[in-house]
Amino acid sequence: MGTTIVFFIFAIMAVAAAWGVVTSKNIVHSAFFLALTFAGVAVLYVLLNADFLAAVQLLVYMGAVNIMVIFAVMLTLRGDVKESSLETKKWGLGALGAALVFIMIALVILTNADWRIPAQAWSGQGSALAISELMLKSYMVPFEAAAILLTLALVGAVILAKGVKESK
Amino acid sequence: MDALNKLPLNIAAAIRGLFGDPHSIWADLTMTVIGIILVIVLIVLAALILILLERKVGGWASQRPGPNRLGPRGWFQTIADALKLLGKEDVTPAEADRFIFKIAPMIVFALPMMTLAVIPYGMGMVPIDLDLGIIYYLAISAISTLALLMAGWGSNSNYSMLGGMRAVAQMISYEIPLIFSLLGVVMITQTFSLSKIVEAQSTIPFIVIQPLAFVIYFIAGIAEVNRAPFDLVEADQEIVAGPFTEYTGLRWGLFFLGEYGNMTATAALITTMFLGGWQGPGFLPGIVWFFLKVGIIIFLMMWIRWTFPRMRVDHLMGLAWKVLLPLSLLNVLLTGLGIYIYQYVLRIGG
Repeated sequence: MGTTIVFFIFAIMAVAAAWGVVTSKNIVHSAFFLALTFAGVAVLYVLLNADFLAAVQLLVYMGAVNIMVIFAVMLTLRGDVKESSLETKKWGLGALGAALVFIMIALVILTNADWRIPAQAWSGQGSALAISELMLKSYMVPFEAAAILLTLALVGAVILAKGVKESK
Repeated sequence: MDALNKLPLNIAAAIRGLFGDPHSIWADLTMTVIGIILVIVLIVLAALILILLERKVGGWASQRPGPNRLGPRGWFQTIADALKLLGKEDVTPAEADRFIFKIAPMIVFALPMMTLAVIPYGMGMVPIDLDLGIIYYLAISAISTLALLMAGWGSNSNYSMLGGMRAVAQMISYEIPLIFSLLGVVMITQTFSLSKIVEAQSTIPFIVIQPLAFVIYFIAGIAEVNRAPFDLVEADQEIVAGPFTEYTGLRWGLFFLGEYGNMTATAALITTMFLGGWQGPGFLPGIVWFFLKVGIIIFLMMWIRWTFPRMRVDHLMGLAWKVLLPLSLLNVLLTGLGIYIYQYVLRIGG
């Protein structure tokens, strides 16, 4: 009962904030709304006993919001940031995309009988342990590949920022 | 002494006993509310005491008396200042982003409240005992960057915005060595739970095994709470007061409460992770040991603030990315090697 109430409070908060992200005319407001969405989703993760994921959600995505606000401030070319995000008028295209994604998810859920893991007794601890077992044992190669990809992106960013000296 | 040590636990059990079923939802709810109230009292008390202490330490460091007019040796000065703040006008700048401007100080105040709620203050005295205590602490304290940016943005003033930008650059950079320095302790104890980490230090505090991690965390922790020599965010001589420039009265007071709350939380986490938390020789109760250690760390932070000049911004970034980050990675490597050798020796010996 308590869980259901908490779920609806934070689910509604997350969806309302997401609505704010797309409709806000001020792009900085959009970014702050996005932070609220992330926080709401983090609470939903907690309700699903994925506490590690919830903490990582806050740690990583909140930091991303900071960076996004700075990008918004630096890259906005309009004179006033209050009117910085006016291209939100293409409702038809957006609604079509959203409807397609919704239909896709609904089809997956309705047609596959075994899409969810059968309910098991929750051991009460160790979501971080379980994730580390999966990442560093079962799926070690994809995990390392992702790490290399991120390192490459980092090196690329450094080279782009620093510039390469042309040899004569 | 044992009785004194268990006094808070016995009081808690007595309050629970008032309910028919000591573990009913209402008993749990009451205990949680009491815990939260105690944490708020702790933050307000800490701010009242620490602001005065800061000025006294500042006086001591620069060889002047510090506040000395009100009450015995000036000890009532902060109370008078707080009362003065209550009476000030609450000004919102005409061009401010009103909602963001008003909500930012509340977030700044709420965050140390949330982090201090998971610290073990004594044996069995954790307001909310989480399995992922460290990760939770780091996740919550990461939001304070966003709160400072909101204050900087919402004020709609150049100085505030510059302060907010500096806050993001500095706090995101220092978060990385901060998190990596804690990994060594987690590797040794194999747990994220703060109360279990304190229990693991019953024989030897981790500052002895992890001295490098302690130094890294201490430096990065000072940078995270934006204190001198890392106070570029609110550098008075350059950008007035950074994100706090446009705030007045009690809203400005909330920033102050949040700042000293954050400082207390950082000192409490250092105590928990490296100094053995409430563990100590048996002639004092655990909670006294805890606050004694927190006090020593806070005194060190104040001493550093009044001793070192402010860093230049490029030196600040260089320290985080070129010194602290490699050192913290080295610490992780050394700890891993140490654990491996230790297990190998155990296997040979056993």
